[in-house]
Amino acid sequence: MPHERSHAAQQSGFHAALWQTEAPAGITAPAQDEAAQRFAVYRNNVQHSLTRALAARFPVIEQLVGAAFFTAMARVFIAAQPPSSPVLLHWGGDFAAFLDQFPPVAHLPFLGDVALLEYARGRACHAADAAPVAGEALHVPDPAALRLILHPSVTLFASQHPAVQIWQSHLPQASRAALNAGPDHALIAREPDFTVIVVPTDQGTHAVLTALAEGQTLRQAASQADPTTALTLLLRHQLVTQIQTGATP
Amino acid sequence: MPHLPRSTGLGFKPEHFSDIMARQGAVAFFEVHAENYMGDGGAPHAMLAALRENHALSIHGVGLSIGSAGGLDPEHLARLRRLIARYEPASFSEHLAWSSHGAAWLNDLLPLPYTDETLTTICAHIDQVQNALGRRMLLENPATYVSFDSSTWAETDFLTELVRRTGCGLLLDINNVFISATNHRFDPLAYLAAFPLEAVGEIHLAGHDTEELPSGPLLIDTHGAPVADPVWTLYAQVLARTGPLPTLIEWDTDVPDFPTLLAEAARAARLLGSDAKNHSHAA
Repeated sequence: MPHERSHAAQQSGFHAALWQTEAPAGITAPAQDEAAQRFAVYRNNVQHSLTRALAARFPVIEQLVGAAFFTAMARVFIAAQPPSSPVLLHWGGDFAAFLDQFPPVAHLPFLGDVALLEYARGRACHAADAAPVAGEALHVPDPAALRLILHPSVTLFASQHPAVQIWQSHLPQASRAALNAGPDHALIAREPDFTVIVVPTDQGTHAVLTALAEGQTLRQAASQADPTTALTLLLRHQLVTQIQTGATP
Repeated sequence: MPHLPRSTGLGFKPEHFSDIMARQGAVAFFEVHAENYMGDGGAPHAMLAALRENHALSIHGVGLSIGSAGGLDPEHLARLRRLIARYEPASFSEHLAWSSHGAAWLNDLLPLPYTDETLTTICAHIDQVQNALGRRMLLENPATYVSFDSSTWAETDFLTELVRRTGCGLLLDINNVFISATNHRFDPLAYLAAFPLEAVGEIHLAGHDTEELPSGPLLIDTHGAPVADPVWTLYAQVLARTGPLPTLIEWDTDVPDFPTLLAEAARAARLLGSDAKNHSHAA
């Protein structure tokens, strides 16, 4: 006989069972003793597809901890903090914080920062489009008074750990190089041809870029350090989308 | 209302972009998952815009969770509306399934019982989508692994009634029909005989995996293999009744090279073409 069970209740039971070992009430199959085995297909699909989506966003984290460990760790993360939107392009912003407090990876204290770097790369990939200005736009009578609007894809990344070097050492073509102690800094952004770049920078250049990104004038930013490298990087990678002159906004 | 061409299409994979641009028009249309194009900018939008210039486009949503008991996510519906306004696809389709619960997005198409209650809920959701998008949508029949003891409607009757009440069209996934028929031990031809084919605006063909249970096979909808022979046979039988319909080859996991996909599309095109010759255009 059909059970009196509202769809909301049926759906809640089905959902809860995805994270448990028992099959939900109310499901049937031609051989009823196989219903749980059939339900397991859904449980596996949910776990597997979300795990692979997470691994696609954090491939170096997966390499650092190994695929089997990553899968087990992803299960904990997904159960605790499943994506809240079907737009998985934006998922994973909480993963770094999860890694920072997940006891089994406490011996890898840089992991959270590497995850932040990988998340920034994904963010750069899907950030809004904006056309760059030509380098000559800086050739004005008083360039020190200019403010630069940077491309929406730009993240100015900083880590107390050698997170940029660790990430670089896991690129396919990477050579084995000795790691220097942190801090590490990098400019992460998307070029006009959609290449996502991770350019290591020194602390001074990072400070200049951060000041510019915050809307300070070139003169103010230059008080942090020599701005030559920062400006060269921004122009070479075409990351300045607007130049503002005049009074403080 | 725009329609997809009564020809073949492929699911778009970014890794095939340069192959596609080098052989424009090799298929008549491409289909994309809506949610992969909901970022603000970058390569996905640039590729989709280029694709759209010389091909018809089908936007296939996986994110609305139309089969949820709770209401649709208004933010997601607004994102869809913006995407459809931007690319003006010939077709928008979604699934008879649910994929989110509360705040959790589950990234899978989960099944529901077919009852008076779910019929009312889903009709309201489809009305809401069609009103928000200002267009008719297609709803896809699911591949399922379990049934519900609370179901009181046959799936085909349920779909027929959804169409009657909402005016939506249907996306007939023949691989899903074969999977469900095998898994639930019914005759796929009987299912297709009861299916409201006059409402079908697109056909999906895809590959599946087979597991063995003590009672017989359990087919898994993977979209990771060539279309199986029995699915091709069912496809030809459907075409004999409907005449040519827009037909998509779906291949989403273990994606092969572009020529392999083109060969699958060419096989569908041969069936579409031979049917067109024998069939005065009834549909």
